[in-house]
Parts: sequence; C-alpha cells; structure tokens
Amino acid sequence: MAATSELKQQKGFKGLYFRFYGGAPLLGVLLGFLVCTLWEMIIGEALASVLLLPKMPILFGLVTMSKVFAGLINLVIKDTPFEWFTLIHVPMAMIYFAVVYAVPLAVVIRLTGRTANAVARSLQQLPLIVTVLVHLGFMYAIFHFWAELSDYRLISLKLTLVAVLLTLSLNIINGYMGEFSCSHPGFMAVGAYMSSFFTVGLFVNDKVLGDAVLGIPLAFLSFPLALIFGGLCASASALIVAIPSFRTRGDYLAIISLAFLFIVKSFFENMQSLGGSRGIMGQPDWATLPVIFIVVVIGVWAINNFVNSTLGKALNAVRDDEMAADAMTVDTRKTKMVAFLFGAFWAGLAGGLLAHVLRFINPAMFGIQKLAEVLAMVYFGGLNSVYGSIVGAVSISLLGEVLRPLEILKWIFIPLLLILVMIYRPTGLVAFREFDVRKAFGPKEVD
Amino acid sequence: MPLLDVKDMSHSFGGLKAVSNYNLTLEPGQIGGLIGPNGAGKTTIFNLITGIYKPDEGEVRLEGTNVVGQRSNQIAALGIGRTFQEMRLWRHMTVLEHVKMARYSKLSYGLFGAFLDSPKRRREEEASTELAMEYMQLFGVDQYADQLVVNLPYGAQRRVEMARALATEPKVLLLDEPTVGMTPEEMVDMISVVRKAHERFNLAIFLIEHRLRVVRELCQHVQALVFGQVLVEGTPDEVQNHPKVIEAYIGEQEIDF
Repeated sequence: MAATSELKQQKGFKGLYFRFYGGAPLLGVLLGFLVCTLWEMIIGEALASVLLLPKMPILFGLVTMSKVFAGLINLVIKDTPFEWFTLIHVPMAMIYFAVVYAVPLAVVIRLTGRTANAVARSLQQLPLIVTVLVHLGFMYAIFHFWAELSDYRLISLKLTLVAVLLTLSLNIINGYMGEFSCSHPGFMAVGAYMSSFFTVGLFVNDKVLGDAVLGIPLAFLSFPLALIFGGLCASASALIVAIPSFRTRGDYLAIISLAFLFIVKSFFENMQSLGGSRGIMGQPDWATLPVIFIVVVIGVWAINNFVNSTLGKALNAVRDDEMAADAMTVDTRKTKMVAFLFGAFWAGLAGGLLAHVLRFINPAMFGIQKLAEVLAMVYFGGLNSVYGSIVGAVSISLLGEVLRPLEILKWIFIPLLLILVMIYRPTGLVAFREFDVRKAFGPKEVD
Repeated sequence: MPLLDVKDMSHSFGGLKAVSNYNLTLEPGQIGGLIGPNGAGKTTIFNLITGIYKPDEGEVRLEGTNVVGQRSNQIAALGIGRTFQEMRLWRHMTVLEHVKMARYSKLSYGLFGAFLDSPKRRREEEASTELAMEYMQLFGVDQYADQLVVNLPYGAQRRVEMARALATEPKVLLLDEPTVGMTPEEMVDMISVVRKAHERFNLAIFLIEHRLRVVRELCQHVQALVFGQVLVEGTPDEVQNHPKVIEAYIGEQEIDF
C-alpha cells in the first residue's frame, strides 16, 4: 500500500499512470481493454461520423492525426493543396480516443481494481497454468474483437505478433549473448522458403512448385509441421554463422553474419526451382490470428524458460566475461552454438508465419531493410529482456504504420527516435528485466 | 601420487619464452605460493595449467591424468578451479546467479529440459540454488544474493569470486593475487577466508602473491619466478631472504611486508 501511494506522488509519466490506473493487476487492465474493444464495436462507427471523421480510426486515431500532419508537410515542401478543414480531425481523433479507450479503461480499472486484485489473489492459490490461461484467454479475446473491425487491423496485428517472436529470437543472440549478428533476415528467409516449400509444394497447385502432391482435407493440421520444418532448416543454416563465432567476436562476427545474409538472399534469387527473384506465392491461408497467437505464446514461453535457466544464463556469462565463464566450467562453445541455433529456429519459424500471413514471399523482402527493422526493434525495446522485445516490436511496428502517411519522411523520424533512445538509454527502453510470470500476472496491491 | 603435477612446462609467445621448464607438485591439502616481479610469467603459468593457453611442451597431470589439450571448461570441471587477479565477475548478473553458474557442469537436465521447463530442471535448479546459498553463507555474501555484483563493496566482490570458484568443487584452487588492491584490514580478512576454504574443503591451494606477509602466513612451500624460470624454491623464509630473490626485486619494486 505504501509503495503504491509513493508511486502516486511520483512526477512524470509513471506518476500520471499510477494516478489513473494505479493498483490494478494485469487482469484488471485486460478487462478494461476488453470492455474498450467491445465498446468500440458498438459505438465506433457512429461516434466517428458524429465527430466528422472520414472513417473509424484504425490505430487509436494516430494514423488519422499523422495524415493531417503529412498534409501540412506536403503543403510546406511540395506546395500541394491542403484542405484546411481536415485540421479538425486532430482534436476529433483525440476525443474519439478518449471516449472509446482512455475513459472506459480508467473507469473499468477503477471500478474493478479491488475485485480484480481479489481474483488475482485467489488465482494464485491455483496452479500457475490456470492463471496463465486466464490471462492469455483475455488477451486473445481483446485481439480477436479489436481486429474484427477491420482487415487492416487484423494484418497489422498479425505482423506485430510475428515481429515480437522475431525480435525475441534476435535478442537471444544480440542481447543475451551480446554478439552483434546481422544474419537474422537470412534465417527468416530460410524458414519462410522452407515452410512455403512444404505447404505450397504439398497442398497447392502452383506454377513453380507443381501440382499438389497431397490433397487431403484437414491439411492445415500439418501447418505446425511446416513451421517446425522451416525452423529446423533455419537452425541448420545457422551452423554456418555459429562455427566462426567460436573464433571471432564483435565487428568480425557482424561482417561474417552480414555476408551470410547476402549469401542466403542471392541463393534464393538464383534458385529458379524456388521461384527465383519472383518468389513463391499462394501460400494457403493457414496463419490465422489464433494460430499465430498460440505459436507466438509458445515461442515466448520457451525462450523465456531458456534464458532463465542456468544453461541460458550462461549466455550472459559468456557475454560479460568469456574467460571467467570457461573457468567456471561453462561450456562456452556449446553455449554459443545453442544461442545461434535456438535463435535461428525461432527466426525461421517467424519467417514461416510471415510467409503465410502475407501469402507471398520473394528474396527482396529479406534484405538490409528487414535487418534494420528487426535490429531497431531489439535495440529500441531493450537488450536482454522479454519485456523489451515486446515493447520494441510493438512500438516500432505501430510507429511504422502510424508514420506511413509521411512516406519517405518516416525514415527520418524512426531513425531519429532510435538515435535519441541510444543517447539516453543505450541499452534500450526496458533492458535487463527478468520476465516473471507470477509477478506479472499477480495482484498489485496488498491491502 | 601428487594431486597436481606439472612437468617441464614451457611456453613462448612468438619469440619470447614466457615460461621455461616449469615444474610443480602439489599434494592434497598443501598450500603453495608463487612470487616474482611483474611480468615474470606468474599469471601465464595459471593460464597454462587451466587450459586458456596450451603449453608448447610439458605435462599437467591432475591425479595422474594429463589434462593438456583439453578445453579450459573441461579442465575446470575436472577439478582445477581458479580466481582471477582482476576478478572477472559478470557485471549484469546477481551474486546468486554467479554461484549457480559455477554448477553448470553438474546440471543434467539438458537443453530441452531448459526450453520446456521440465520437472527435472525445476528440481535441479532448486537444489543448485540451495547449495549456492550455502556457499554464499560460508563467505558471508548471502545477504547480497539478489544484487548485481557491481553494486557490492570490493571486499565482498572478492568473496563472491571465492564462493563462485569453490562452487565448481575444485580439488586444486589457483588464486591469482587474492589480496591485490586491498587495505591491510581487508587483507587480514582475506587470509582468514582462504584458510577457511582450505580447512572446510581440504583443498590444495596454489596462489600468486606480491604481499610476502600473505605468503608467509599461508604457504608451506614457495617458488620465486623470474623471467619465466623458477629461481629459488623452499619455505617462505628461505625464499624471501635468498640473495637472488632480493636482487631480482630491487630496483623493480619495494617488498611490501
């Protein structure tokens, strides 16, 4: 109790957050979000037209605002006509956000805070798995209803979930082990191609890969197999990077892994039997929201398990002082190898998911730009932290979508933001934080 | 059969002969010392014994088996533990994690146990935490269990390093200047810590020291190393007063009694 009231006194964002939402366990916050999404389903459309918005705001009204901003910028630099009327969209989008999200969230959290804490406490008496399933159920319900309102939301959400897995898998190598590996889009490409090869080759009539070999109904049940196959192939390809990592570190490993990325890219560009530079398309539509949600949850769970075990902490020991790690009986070779193969496995799996979300892949997707994106997510969110990877992946994905109307200027804003983060928080926003399920899902206030 | 037996070990870096024809025998429970001016090759000898460098010639036998050519983590797991002059603690890890890490080679739950959080993993991790707490209590650092080592006072960091080295369950413990940078009070404290470890685990200890007081109090047998060669060996008093040793030190640095 004392701790919470102290937090309420705090200035700045943390204090503000606690004044409105303080003391609520995650369960209460999730309930609040669920109410918001249901509320939006009821009044969203009507409210948008009352507020003179052209259509219902998709990403919390942020895109609406950035469109106005982009119009103004174009007026200044390109002299394109600007409809001054659209300025009204900015306050209206804010009102929309307040009415649909901020206020109901605060009200629900306030009203249910005590009950939610009591529920969270009684959940603690039960096995951990029950607590986890309840929270995940709530999360999935929020995602489901929120994404139901627009296809654009659905695909953004899917891509963001895939990005979380991808970021976390890179964090194993670049954060937990502290190497600088640039090969991740390469692992993704291998995973994406191999899982597509599996699904398209077996179950789809395709110009490049030929007619379906198998045409059984319920073929989508083999999707996990396809993903795992992709992940394993990515792991196997990671051996090429893992072996030099015994001898080189730092800049040299960065260069070797970058070279690997280009090798993979040009390999797929020149493999005519895999579609060459045109790639593969027509992946079956199996990467639905529930599938992605489950895969990402399993991925986060397995990675979190690993990094919290002594075998996983060995990555930190290798990073902070390899010689000492050796002297303390840590098998540093095995540790590095595992980090690369395990990271590559999940990257390959994320690549497979991505291929089936977009339902089309080509080698150009897995180049330097992808590398910059995923590195930005890791370093923005925070090294050595599951929270950080989630924060990084979500915020960079969201920023990318929000700043889309700014077109090329987007690539000035995002790097600028990254530079600022690197200056003020060199290890990222939420670095070196352990993810403890019990703590995260437990009650917040003891009263 | 001696516990640790180093025979005719030599090593050079390029044209520089860093260690030549070095011999050492340590019996179980014996404490040996190695002194010598800066740059004499003392730490190199440690690095050769623990497998960080591979000796050009010679043998390192632990309980009769030659360990030359094994990787340093394997040698550590066989029972040659060590500490470092510059401590080499892991700056982003807590004290408890340090001591648990030293149990790495004793864990058997395997990678999939780690990924899937198997019951075996939970049991082993719990047992390892308990054992780590015992080591930490022994060296009086258990109250810092969940703190990052960088936030600890210097003396406590040194004790964490000792706890970590002993948690690997070594048969021979190599201490590289355990009292470097310490105040006289901390030094006295460290001497008793080393004694305690020695009595409790019945270890053989081999230490590098510049402070002759530490050597006199702890060691039964001392070697003086100059330019990679053992000049004199014997009891601490014999070595300390030997004219050759005094000659090697004078002009180089003061002897700190």
